[in-house]
Amino acid sequence: MVFWERLPGEMTMKLHYEVPGNDFTRAGEASGELKLKLKRLGFSSDVIRRMTIAMYEGEINMAIHAGGGVADVEILPDRITVVLTDNGPGIPDIEQAMKEGWSTAPDNIRSLGFGAGMGLPNIKKYTDMLDIKSVVGEGTSLTMTVLAG
Amino acid sequence: MTIADVRDILEAEVISGEGHLDTEVHNACGSDMMSDVLAFVKDQSVLLTGLINPQVVRTADMMDMVCIVFVRGKKPGDEIVTLANDRKIVLMNTPHRMFTACGLLYEAGLRGGN
Repeated sequence: MVFWERLPGEMTMKLHYEVPGNDFTRAGEASGELKLKLKRLGFSSDVIRRMTIAMYEGEINMAIHAGGGVADVEILPDRITVVLTDNGPGIPDIEQAMKEGWSTAPDNIRSLGFGAGMGLPNIKKYTDMLDIKSVVGEGTSLTMTVLAG
Repeated sequence: MTIADVRDILEAEVISGEGHLDTEVHNACGSDMMSDVLAFVKDQSVLLTGLINPQVVRTADMMDMVCIVFVRGKKPGDEIVTLANDRKIVLMNTPHRMFTACGLLYEAGLRGGN
């Protein structure tokens, strides 16, 4: 779903994606689509790569741990913000989850090439701003921004 | 070197993307852990992997990688080939194992980057 909103003095594009939780092979479709859109809008390859890698990692996390969720994207000329929201089990210890190599992913996910404990560290590495809100038993929300200025 | 050079060095069979064999490659990364690959950012790279699933192509696409080499002769399914064609990523497979395939490319001058 795509729609443009005219704000005072600038143009904003808002996108909304459903991230499936029952089919791991489809995780990443949303970030793949976002990548194509950002290319068409003329963002630099560095900005596109950082934003879509971070979103992709987030999508994978939602598919592995939370049974899917939603992604809301806001694109402005000088920044892109992606908000990933799920109703999964939540993250009991965010500080621990941010450590490289820390993972609670099951073995079947590791056999697919993920679950190395690099998801959140990679997201932090590639974004300019990252805010994680999580409530155990209720869900998690990641707000990640990449500056394009 | 070009993707065609990679094919020749690895005695590989091109599965899809024949039209992009003259693309230059500057770096390579060998891994079955896509999370590790996502921590590796270099332009015009080759991914060597023994993993066969659509996330391999999605990961390569996110990293702007231009070629995926499946080691030990592994053949991807139609879904993977279609996705790679859509993303203009060359797919090939080599009979060599991961260690040997990486070594052959390294010996020929391809590096992993910093």
